[in-house]
Amino acid sequence: MLEQAQILSQIHDELVAFTQGRSEITADTDLIADLNMDSLRVMNFLLLIEDRFDISIPVNILPDVRTLRDLAAQIEKLLQQG
Amino acid sequence: MGIFDKFSKLAAGRRELDALGIDPFGVQIDRIVSPTEGVIGGRHTILAGTNNYLGLTFDAQCIAAAHHALDQEGTGTTGSRMANGSYASHRLLEEELAAFYGMRDAIVFSTGYQANLGLLAGLTGPGDVVLLDADCHASIYDGCRLSGTEVIRFRHNDADDLTRRMRRLGPRAADALIALEGIYSMLGDRAPLRELVAVKREFGGYLLVDEAHSMGVCGAGGRGLAEELGVLAEVDFVIGTFSKSLGGGGGFCVSDRPELDLIRYASRPYIFTASPAPATIASTRAALRRLAQGHDLRQRLRENYEQLHAGLLALGYTLGAPPGAVIAVVLGERGEALKLWHELLLRGVYVNLMLPPATPDGVSLIRCSLSAAHTTAQIDAVCAAFAEVRPAAGATPPAQRAAM
Repeated sequence: MLEQAQILSQIHDELVAFTQGRSEITADTDLIADLNMDSLRVMNFLLLIEDRFDISIPVNILPDVRTLRDLAAQIEKLLQQG
Repeated sequence: MGIFDKFSKLAAGRRELDALGIDPFGVQIDRIVSPTEGVIGGRHTILAGTNNYLGLTFDAQCIAAAHHALDQEGTGTTGSRMANGSYASHRLLEEELAAFYGMRDAIVFSTGYQANLGLLAGLTGPGDVVLLDADCHASIYDGCRLSGTEVIRFRHNDADDLTRRMRRLGPRAADALIALEGIYSMLGDRAPLRELVAVKREFGGYLLVDEAHSMGVCGAGGRGLAEELGVLAEVDFVIGTFSKSLGGGGGFCVSDRPELDLIRYASRPYIFTASPAPATIASTRAALRRLAQGHDLRQRLRENYEQLHAGLLALGYTLGAPPGAVIAVVLGERGEALKLWHELLLRGVYVNLMLPPATPDGVSLIRCSLSAAHTTAQIDAVCAAFAEVRPAAGATPPAQRAAM
Protein backbone atom coordinates (compact mmCIF):
# COMPACT_ATOMS: atom_id res chain seq x y z
CA MET A 1 0.00 0.00 0.00
CA LEU A 2 1.30 3.43 -0.96
CA GLU A 3 2.01 5.94 1.81
CA GLN A 4 0.33 9.30 1.52
CA ALA A 5 3.74 10.93 0.94
CA GLN A 6 4.36 8.70 -2.08
CA ILE A 7 0.90 9.45 -3.42
CA LEU A 8 1.52 13.14 -2.96
CA SER A 9 4.80 12.97 -4.81
CA GLN A 10 3.19 11.16 -7.77
CA ILE A 11 0.27 13.56 -8.11
CA HIS A 12 2.69 16.46 -7.79
CA ASP A 13 4.62 15.13 -10.80
CA GLU A 14 1.42 14.68 -12.78
CA LEU A 15 0.25 18.19 -11.97
CA VAL A 16 3.56 19.78 -12.93
CA ALA A 17 3.32 17.99 -16.29
CA PHE A 18 -0.38 18.89 -16.66
CA THR A 19 0.30 22.56 -16.01
CA GLN A 20 3.29 22.46 -18.34
CA GLY A 21 6.00 22.78 -15.80
CA ARG A 22 4.76 25.21 -13.18
CA SER A 23 7.41 24.86 -10.56
CA GLU A 24 5.84 26.55 -7.55
CA ILE A 25 3.39 23.71 -6.93
CA THR A 26 3.48 22.34 -3.37
CA ALA A 27 1.26 20.08 -1.30
CA ASP A 28 -0.71 23.11 -0.20
CA THR A 29 -1.23 24.64 -3.63
CA ASP A 30 -4.93 25.36 -4.16
CA LEU A 31 -5.91 23.92 -7.54
CA ILE A 32 -8.57 26.52 -8.21
CA ALA A 33 -7.39 29.64 -6.38
CA ASP A 34 -3.64 29.30 -7.05
CA LEU A 35 -3.56 27.55 -10.40
CA ASN A 36 -6.69 29.19 -11.78
CA MET A 37 -8.09 25.84 -12.94
CA ASP A 38 -11.84 25.67 -13.58
CA SER A 39 -13.87 22.65 -12.49
CA LEU A 40 -13.61 21.06 -15.93
CA ARG A 41 -9.82 21.27 -15.93
CA VAL A 42 -9.71 19.78 -12.43
CA MET A 43 -11.88 16.88 -13.62
CA ASN A 44 -9.66 16.38 -16.68
CA PHE A 45 -6.60 16.33 -14.43
CA LEU A 46 -8.27 13.64 -12.36
CA LEU A 47 -8.57 11.43 -15.47
CA LEU A 48 -4.74 11.25 -15.53
CA ILE A 49 -4.54 10.54 -11.82
CA GLU A 50 -7.08 7.76 -12.21
CA ASP A 51 -4.91 6.07 -14.84
CA ARG A 52 -1.80 6.46 -12.70
CA PHE A 53 -3.32 4.73 -9.68
CA ASP A 54 -5.77 2.49 -11.59
CA ILE A 55 -8.74 3.80 -9.63
CA SER A 56 -11.94 5.67 -10.44
CA ILE A 57 -12.28 8.88 -8.47
CA PRO A 58 -15.94 9.84 -7.98
CA VAL A 59 -16.74 13.42 -9.00
CA ASN A 60 -18.50 13.68 -5.62
CA ILE A 61 -15.19 14.17 -3.78
CA LEU A 62 -14.50 17.47 -5.55
CA PRO A 63 -16.09 19.74 -2.93
CA ASP A 64 -13.64 18.26 -0.39
CA VAL A 65 -10.56 18.80 -2.52
CA ARG A 66 -8.86 22.18 -2.63
CA THR A 67 -5.18 21.28 -2.39
CA LEU A 68 -2.93 18.46 -3.53
CA ARG A 69 -2.78 17.25 0.07
CA ASP A 70 -6.60 16.95 0.12
CA LEU A 71 -6.48 14.98 -3.12
CA ALA A 72 -3.78 12.64 -1.80
CA ALA A 73 -5.91 11.91 1.26
CA GLN A 74 -8.89 11.02 -0.95
CA ILE A 75 -6.76 8.78 -3.16
CA GLU A 76 -5.34 6.99 -0.10
CA LYS A 77 -8.89 6.34 1.07
CA LEU A 78 -9.93 5.00 -2.34
CA LEU A 79 -6.85 2.74 -2.54
CA GLN A 80 -7.65 1.32 0.89
CA GLN A 81 -11.27 0.63 -0.16
CA GLY A 82 -10.18 -0.92 -3.47
CA MET B 1 -15.96 36.65 1.94
CA GLY B 2 -19.17 38.31 0.78
CA ILE B 3 -21.95 36.56 -1.06
CA PHE B 4 -21.21 38.46 -4.29
CA ASP B 5 -17.40 38.20 -4.14
CA LYS B 6 -17.39 35.11 -6.31
CA PHE B 7 -18.88 37.15 -9.16
CA SER B 8 -15.76 39.29 -9.52
CA LYS B 9 -14.32 37.05 -12.27
CA LEU B 10 -17.63 37.10 -14.16
CA ALA B 11 -17.84 40.85 -13.78
CA ALA B 12 -14.38 41.23 -15.33
CA GLY B 13 -15.43 39.08 -18.29
CA ARG B 14 -18.59 41.12 -18.67
CA ARG B 15 -16.65 44.40 -18.64
CA GLU B 16 -14.44 43.05 -21.40
CA LEU B 17 -17.52 42.43 -23.56
CA ASP B 18 -19.05 45.79 -22.65
CA ALA B 19 -15.87 47.47 -23.88
CA LEU B 20 -16.39 45.75 -27.22
CA GLY B 21 -20.00 46.89 -27.27
CA ILE B 22 -21.44 43.40 -27.76
CA ASP B 23 -22.91 40.72 -25.56
CA PRO B 24 -22.86 37.39 -27.38
CA PHE B 25 -24.88 35.82 -24.57
CA GLY B 26 -27.62 38.44 -24.57
CA VAL B 27 -28.59 38.75 -28.22
CA GLN B 28 -32.14 39.95 -28.74
CA ILE B 29 -34.05 38.82 -31.80
CA ASP B 30 -36.48 41.70 -32.29
CA ARG B 31 -38.70 39.86 -34.71
CA ILE B 32 -38.90 36.23 -35.79
CA VAL B 33 -39.74 35.99 -39.49
CA SER B 34 -39.52 32.24 -40.11
CA PRO B 35 -37.78 29.16 -38.66
CA THR B 36 -34.57 30.39 -40.29
CA GLU B 37 -34.81 34.17 -40.29
CA GLY B 38 -35.13 36.94 -37.75
CA VAL B 39 -34.48 40.65 -37.36
CA ILE B 40 -31.55 41.51 -35.07
CA GLY B 41 -30.47 45.11 -34.56
CA GLY B 42 -32.58 46.22 -37.51
CA ARG B 43 -30.92 43.69 -39.84
CA HIS B 44 -32.55 40.68 -41.49
CA THR B 45 -30.47 37.78 -40.19
CA ILE B 46 -30.18 34.12 -41.13
CA LEU B 47 -30.62 32.04 -37.99
CA ALA B 48 -28.07 29.24 -38.22
CA GLY B 49 -27.82 28.21 -34.58
CA THR B 50 -31.37 27.40 -33.51
CA ASN B 51 -31.44 23.57 -33.11
CA ASN B 52 -34.69 23.84 -35.11
CA TYR B 53 -33.58 20.77 -37.04
CA LEU B 54 -36.81 20.02 -38.88
CA GLY B 55 -37.99 23.63 -39.08
CA LEU B 56 -41.33 22.79 -37.47
CA THR B 57 -41.77 25.97 -35.39
CA PHE B 58 -43.97 27.44 -38.15
CA ASP B 59 -45.55 24.18 -39.33
CA ALA B 60 -49.19 24.93 -40.18
CA GLN B 61 -50.58 21.82 -38.49
CA CYS B 62 -48.55 22.37 -35.32
CA ILE B 63 -49.73 25.98 -35.11
CA ALA B 64 -53.36 24.98 -35.75
CA ALA B 65 -53.19 22.31 -33.04
CA ALA B 66 -51.74 24.82 -30.57
CA HIS B 67 -54.41 27.40 -31.43
CA HIS B 68 -57.15 24.86 -30.90
CA ALA B 69 -55.74 23.78 -27.52
CA LEU B 70 -55.37 27.39 -26.45
CA ASP B 71 -59.02 28.07 -27.28
CA GLN B 72 -60.29 24.86 -25.68
CA GLU B 73 -58.03 24.48 -22.62
CA GLY B 74 -56.65 27.93 -21.87
CA THR B 75 -53.17 29.34 -21.47
CA GLY B 76 -51.68 27.22 -18.69
CA THR B 77 -52.20 24.35 -16.28
CA THR B 78 -51.24 26.45 -13.23
CA GLY B 79 -49.80 23.53 -11.31
CA SER B 80 -48.00 20.21 -11.18
CA ARG B 81 -49.57 17.02 -12.46
CA MET B 82 -49.33 15.30 -9.11
CA ALA B 83 -51.09 18.04 -7.16
CA ASN B 84 -53.37 19.58 -9.78
CA GLY B 85 -53.98 16.60 -12.05
CA SER B 86 -52.91 15.81 -15.59
CA TYR B 87 -54.77 17.00 -18.65
CA ALA B 88 -55.84 14.19 -20.95
CA SER B 89 -53.36 15.47 -23.55
CA HIS B 90 -50.36 15.03 -21.21
CA ARG B 91 -51.10 11.34 -20.94
CA LEU B 92 -51.94 11.01 -24.64
CA LEU B 93 -48.55 12.48 -25.56
CA GLU B 94 -46.85 9.99 -23.22
CA GLU B 95 -48.70 7.10 -24.86
CA GLU B 96 -47.82 8.39 -28.32
CA LEU B 97 -44.12 8.74 -27.41
CA ALA B 98 -44.07 5.20 -25.98
CA ALA B 99 -45.74 3.86 -29.14
CA PHE B 100 -43.32 5.82 -31.35
CA TYR B 101 -40.34 4.20 -29.63
CA GLY B 102 -42.03 0.80 -29.30
CA MET B 103 -41.52 0.90 -25.54
CA ARG B 104 -43.82 0.38 -22.60
CA ASP B 105 -44.19 3.88 -21.19
CA ALA B 106 -43.06 7.49 -21.17
CA ILE B 107 -42.91 10.44 -18.79
CA VAL B 108 -43.26 14.00 -20.03
CA PHE B 109 -41.25 16.71 -18.23
CA SER B 110 -41.63 20.47 -18.47
CA THR B 111 -38.24 21.10 -20.12
CA GLY B 112 -35.47 19.04 -21.68
CA TYR B 113 -33.18 20.01 -18.81
CA GLN B 114 -35.74 18.71 -16.36
CA ALA B 115 -36.05 15.42 -18.25
CA ASN B 116 -32.47 14.53 -17.34
CA LEU B 117 -32.74 16.11 -13.93
CA GLY B 118 -36.03 14.34 -13.21
CA LEU B 119 -35.08 10.92 -14.48
CA LEU B 120 -31.64 10.81 -12.84
CA ALA B 121 -32.77 12.31 -9.55
CA GLY B 122 -35.78 9.97 -9.47
CA LEU B 123 -33.98 6.80 -10.52
CA THR B 124 -30.68 7.05 -8.68
CA GLY B 125 -29.69 7.94 -5.15
CA PRO B 126 -26.97 7.57 -2.53
CA GLY B 127 -25.33 4.15 -2.86
CA ASP B 128 -25.95 3.95 -6.61
CA VAL B 129 -23.29 4.67 -9.20
CA VAL B 130 -23.60 6.51 -12.51
CA LEU B 131 -20.85 6.35 -15.13
CA LEU B 132 -21.21 9.33 -17.40
CA ASP B 133 -19.42 10.38 -20.54
CA ALA B 134 -17.11 13.27 -19.64
CA ASP B 135 -18.75 15.52 -22.28
CA CYS B 136 -22.32 14.96 -21.05
CA HIS B 137 -24.65 17.96 -20.88
CA ALA B 138 -24.90 19.94 -17.64
CA SER B 139 -28.40 18.54 -17.05
CA ILE B 140 -26.95 15.03 -16.67
CA TYR B 141 -24.31 16.21 -14.22
CA ASP B 142 -26.91 18.24 -12.32
CA GLY B 143 -29.37 15.35 -12.15
CA CYS B 144 -26.67 13.19 -10.56
CA ARG B 145 -25.80 15.94 -8.12
CA LEU B 146 -29.44 16.32 -7.09
CA SER B 147 -29.78 12.57 -6.59
CA GLY B 148 -26.68 12.16 -4.42
CA THR B 149 -25.52 9.17 -6.45
CA GLU B 150 -21.83 8.39 -6.85
CA VAL B 151 -20.65 9.82 -10.19
CA ILE B 152 -17.74 8.49 -12.23
CA ARG B 153 -16.71 10.12 -15.51
CA PHE B 154 -15.31 8.12 -18.39
CA ARG B 155 -13.32 9.63 -21.26
CA HIS B 156 -15.50 11.02 -24.01
CA ASN B 157 -16.70 8.36 -26.48
CA ASP B 158 -14.08 5.91 -25.14
CA ALA B 159 -15.48 2.40 -24.74
CA ASP B 160 -12.13 1.10 -23.43
CA ASP B 161 -12.10 3.69 -20.65
CA LEU B 162 -15.70 2.74 -19.77
CA THR B 163 -14.62 -0.92 -19.68
CA ARG B 164 -11.79 -0.15 -17.22
CA ARG B 165 -14.16 1.71 -14.96
CA MET B 166 -16.82 -0.99 -15.08
CA ARG B 167 -14.15 -3.58 -14.22
CA ARG B 168 -12.95 -1.53 -11.22
CA LEU B 169 -16.54 -1.48 -9.90
CA GLY B 170 -16.55 -5.26 -9.51
CA PRO B 171 -20.02 -6.63 -8.68
CA ARG B 172 -21.45 -3.09 -8.48
CA ALA B 173 -21.13 -2.79 -12.28
CA ALA B 174 -24.22 -4.96 -12.76
CA ASP B 175 -26.34 -2.21 -11.21
CA ALA B 176 -24.50 0.81 -12.57
CA LEU B 177 -26.23 3.31 -14.84
CA ILE B 178 -24.24 4.38 -17.92
CA ALA B 179 -25.31 7.84 -19.14
CA LEU B 180 -24.35 9.33 -22.49
CA GLU B 181 -25.67 11.23 -25.49
CA GLY B 182 -26.38 10.25 -29.09
CA ILE B 183 -24.97 13.42 -30.63
CA TYR B 184 -23.02 15.84 -28.45
CA SER B 185 -24.30 19.36 -28.70
CA MET B 186 -21.03 21.28 -28.74
CA LEU B 187 -18.95 19.55 -31.42
CA GLY B 188 -21.76 17.58 -33.06
CA ASP B 189 -19.86 14.31 -32.71
CA ARG B 190 -21.67 10.99 -32.39
CA ALA B 191 -21.35 8.34 -29.69
CA PRO B 192 -19.88 4.96 -30.74
CA LEU B 193 -23.07 3.39 -29.43
CA ARG B 194 -22.44 -0.17 -30.60
CA GLU B 195 -19.11 -0.31 -28.78
CA LEU B 196 -20.58 1.28 -25.65
CA VAL B 197 -23.56 -1.09 -25.72
CA ALA B 198 -21.09 -4.00 -25.93
CA VAL B 199 -19.58 -2.87 -22.61
CA LYS B 200 -23.03 -2.92 -21.03
CA ARG B 201 -23.56 -6.44 -22.42
CA GLU B 202 -20.28 -7.60 -20.90
CA PHE B 203 -20.74 -6.16 -17.42
CA GLY B 204 -24.49 -5.64 -17.04
CA GLY B 205 -25.91 -2.36 -15.81
CA TYR B 206 -28.36 0.03 -17.41
CA LEU B 207 -28.00 2.48 -20.28
CA LEU B 208 -29.44 5.98 -20.59
CA VAL B 209 -29.03 7.76 -23.95
CA ASP B 210 -29.96 11.41 -24.37
CA GLU B 211 -31.12 11.84 -27.97
CA ALA B 212 -31.85 15.59 -27.67
CA HIS B 213 -29.78 16.44 -30.75
CA SER B 214 -30.36 13.20 -32.68
CA MET B 215 -34.14 12.68 -32.43
CA GLY B 216 -35.69 13.68 -35.74
CA VAL B 217 -32.22 13.82 -37.27
CA CYS B 218 -30.95 10.21 -37.13
CA GLY B 219 -32.57 6.86 -37.78
CA ALA B 220 -34.93 5.79 -40.56
CA GLY B 221 -37.91 6.67 -38.36
CA GLY B 222 -36.30 9.70 -36.70
CA ARG B 223 -35.94 8.04 -33.29
CA GLY B 224 -32.29 8.95 -32.99
CA LEU B 225 -28.82 7.45 -33.14
CA ALA B 226 -29.74 4.26 -31.26
CA GLU B 227 -32.29 3.48 -33.98
CA GLU B 228 -29.81 4.29 -36.74
CA LEU B 229 -27.20 1.94 -35.26
CA GLY B 230 -29.72 -0.80 -34.49
CA VAL B 231 -29.25 -0.77 -30.71
CA LEU B 232 -32.48 0.87 -29.54
CA ALA B 233 -33.58 -2.33 -27.78
CA GLU B 234 -30.44 -2.17 -25.62
CA VAL B 235 -31.22 1.32 -24.34
CA ASP B 236 -33.04 1.25 -20.99
CA PHE B 237 -33.90 4.96 -20.88
CA VAL B 238 -34.17 7.25 -23.89
CA ILE B 239 -34.19 10.94 -22.99
CA GLY B 240 -35.42 13.53 -25.46
CA THR B 241 -36.61 17.08 -25.79
CA PHE B 242 -39.52 18.84 -27.47
CA SER B 243 -37.53 22.02 -27.95
CA LYS B 244 -35.36 21.01 -30.89
CA SER B 245 -36.72 18.81 -33.72
CA LEU B 246 -40.26 19.08 -32.31
CA GLY B 247 -40.18 22.87 -32.23
CA GLY B 248 -41.90 23.27 -28.84
CA GLY B 249 -40.75 23.09 -25.25
CA GLY B 250 -40.50 20.23 -22.76
CA GLY B 251 -38.78 16.87 -22.52
CA PHE B 252 -39.40 13.19 -21.99
CA CYS B 253 -38.09 9.80 -20.99
CA VAL B 254 -39.26 6.59 -22.64
CA SER B 255 -38.45 3.18 -21.29
CA ASP B 256 -39.49 -0.43 -21.54
CA ARG B 257 -38.93 -0.87 -17.81
CA PRO B 258 -42.16 -1.53 -15.93
CA GLU B 259 -40.83 0.58 -13.04
CA LEU B 260 -40.76 3.80 -15.08
CA ASP B 261 -44.12 4.97 -13.76
CA LEU B 262 -42.84 4.69 -10.17
CA ILE B 263 -40.04 7.13 -10.93
CA ARG B 264 -42.62 9.93 -11.13
CA TYR B 265 -43.23 9.58 -7.39
CA ALA B 266 -39.54 9.93 -6.57
CA SER B 267 -38.69 12.71 -8.99
CA ARG B 268 -38.64 16.18 -7.46
CA PRO B 269 -38.20 17.94 -10.84
CA TYR B 270 -41.40 16.16 -11.95
CA ILE B 271 -43.41 16.63 -8.77
CA PHE B 272 -42.60 20.25 -7.99
CA THR B 273 -43.02 21.85 -11.44
CA ALA B 274 -46.07 23.07 -13.30
CA SER B 275 -46.92 20.76 -16.19
CA PRO B 276 -46.46 21.95 -19.79
CA ALA B 277 -49.18 24.27 -21.13
CA PRO B 278 -51.90 22.69 -23.30
CA ALA B 279 -50.85 24.54 -26.46
CA THR B 280 -47.28 23.23 -26.05
CA ILE B 281 -48.49 19.67 -25.65
CA ALA B 282 -50.80 20.03 -28.66
CA SER B 283 -48.12 21.39 -31.00
CA THR B 284 -45.71 18.70 -29.79
CA ARG B 285 -48.21 15.93 -30.57
CA ALA B 286 -48.70 17.33 -34.08
CA ALA B 287 -44.92 17.71 -34.50
CA LEU B 288 -44.32 14.11 -33.38
CA ARG B 289 -46.71 12.90 -36.08
CA ARG B 290 -44.85 15.03 -38.65
CA LEU B 291 -41.46 13.83 -37.40
CA ALA B 292 -42.53 10.19 -37.70
CA GLN B 293 -43.38 10.83 -41.38
CA GLY B 294 -40.40 13.11 -41.85
CA HIS B 295 -38.18 11.28 -44.34
CA ASP B 296 -38.48 14.29 -46.65
CA LEU B 297 -37.40 16.69 -43.88
CA ARG B 298 -34.47 14.50 -42.85
CA GLN B 299 -33.34 14.28 -46.47
CA ARG B 300 -33.55 18.08 -46.82
CA LEU B 301 -31.65 18.54 -43.54
CA ARG B 302 -28.94 16.15 -44.70
CA GLU B 303 -28.51 18.05 -47.98
CA ASN B 304 -28.25 21.30 -46.03
CA TYR B 305 -25.66 20.16 -43.54
CA GLU B 306 -23.57 18.47 -46.22
CA GLN B 307 -23.59 21.75 -48.18
CA LEU B 308 -22.45 23.84 -45.20
CA HIS B 309 -19.88 21.29 -44.01
CA ALA B 310 -18.29 21.05 -47.46
CA GLY B 311 -18.39 24.83 -47.84
CA LEU B 312 -16.63 25.49 -44.53
CA LEU B 313 -14.03 22.78 -45.14
CA ALA B 314 -13.28 24.29 -48.54
CA LEU B 315 -12.67 27.62 -46.79
CA GLY B 316 -10.07 25.95 -44.60
CA TYR B 317 -11.95 25.94 -41.31
CA THR B 318 -11.30 23.19 -38.76
CA LEU B 319 -14.61 21.43 -37.99
CA GLY B 320 -15.48 19.47 -34.87
CA ALA B 321 -17.00 16.39 -36.48
CA PRO B 322 -17.98 14.75 -39.78
CA PRO B 323 -21.09 16.21 -41.48
CA GLY B 324 -24.11 16.46 -39.16
CA ALA B 325 -26.85 18.89 -38.18
CA VAL B 326 -24.46 20.49 -35.66
CA ILE B 327 -21.36 21.93 -37.31
CA ALA B 328 -18.79 23.43 -34.96
CA VAL B 329 -15.93 25.58 -36.21
CA VAL B 330 -13.08 24.91 -33.79
CA LEU B 331 -10.98 27.93 -32.80
CA GLY B 332 -8.12 28.14 -30.37
CA GLU B 333 -8.49 31.38 -28.56
CA ARG B 334 -11.60 33.06 -27.23
CA GLY B 335 -10.80 36.51 -28.62
CA GLU B 336 -10.58 35.09 -32.11
CA ALA B 337 -13.90 33.25 -31.70
CA LEU B 338 -15.61 36.34 -30.31
CA LYS B 339 -14.38 38.48 -33.21
CA LEU B 340 -15.44 35.94 -35.82
CA TRP B 341 -18.87 35.55 -34.21
CA HIS B 342 -19.41 39.32 -34.15
CA GLU B 343 -18.29 39.78 -37.75
CA LEU B 344 -20.75 37.09 -38.84
CA LEU B 345 -23.59 38.81 -36.98
CA LEU B 346 -22.75 42.10 -38.69
CA ARG B 347 -23.11 40.23 -41.99
CA GLY B 348 -26.56 38.93 -41.08
CA VAL B 349 -25.61 35.44 -39.87
CA TYR B 350 -26.47 34.41 -36.33
CA VAL B 351 -24.65 31.36 -34.95
CA ASN B 352 -23.71 30.30 -31.42
CA LEU B 353 -20.53 31.41 -29.68
CA MET B 354 -19.35 28.73 -27.27
CA LEU B 355 -16.52 29.35 -24.84
CA PRO B 356 -14.86 27.31 -22.07
CA PRO B 357 -15.88 25.89 -19.64
CA ALA B 358 -19.09 25.17 -21.60
CA THR B 359 -16.99 23.52 -24.31
CA PRO B 360 -14.89 20.34 -24.10
CA ASP B 361 -11.17 20.66 -23.44
CA GLY B 362 -10.85 24.42 -23.42
CA VAL B 363 -11.65 25.05 -27.09
CA SER B 364 -13.66 28.02 -28.36
CA LEU B 365 -16.31 27.26 -30.92
CA ILE B 366 -18.51 28.92 -33.48
CA ARG B 367 -21.38 26.48 -33.49
CA CYS B 368 -23.87 26.27 -36.35
CA SER B 369 -26.96 24.11 -36.42
CA LEU B 370 -28.81 23.42 -39.62
CA SER B 371 -32.52 23.15 -40.32
CA ALA B 372 -34.52 21.38 -43.00
CA ALA B 373 -36.12 24.80 -43.49
CA HIS B 374 -32.89 26.49 -44.63
CA THR B 375 -32.76 27.17 -48.36
CA THR B 376 -29.75 26.47 -50.53
CA ALA B 377 -29.44 30.23 -51.05
CA GLN B 378 -29.34 30.83 -47.28
CA ILE B 379 -26.53 28.32 -46.85
CA ASP B 380 -24.66 29.93 -49.76
CA ALA B 381 -25.03 33.24 -47.89
CA VAL B 382 -23.73 31.69 -44.64
CA CYS B 383 -20.71 30.31 -46.53
CA ALA B 384 -20.12 33.69 -48.16
CA ALA B 385 -20.11 35.38 -44.74
CA PHE B 386 -17.65 32.81 -43.38
CA ALA B 387 -15.44 33.43 -46.41
CA GLU B 388 -15.38 37.18 -45.71
CA VAL B 389 -14.50 36.83 -42.03
CA ARG B 390 -11.96 34.03 -42.45
CA PRO B 391 -8.96 34.64 -40.19
CA ALA B 392 -5.65 35.15 -41.92
CA ALA B 393 -3.64 32.00 -42.59
CA GLY B 394 -1.46 31.01 -39.67
CA ALA B 395 -4.04 32.09 -37.07
CA THR B 396 -4.01 30.32 -33.74
CA PRO B 397 -4.30 26.60 -34.37
CA PRO B 398 -7.13 24.90 -32.52
CA ALA B 399 -6.26 23.46 -29.15
CA GLN B 400 -5.47 19.79 -29.24
CA ARG B 401 -7.88 17.67 -27.22
CA ALA B 402 -5.21 15.45 -25.73
CA ALA B 403 -2.97 18.32 -24.76
CA MET B 404 -5.55 20.28 -22.80
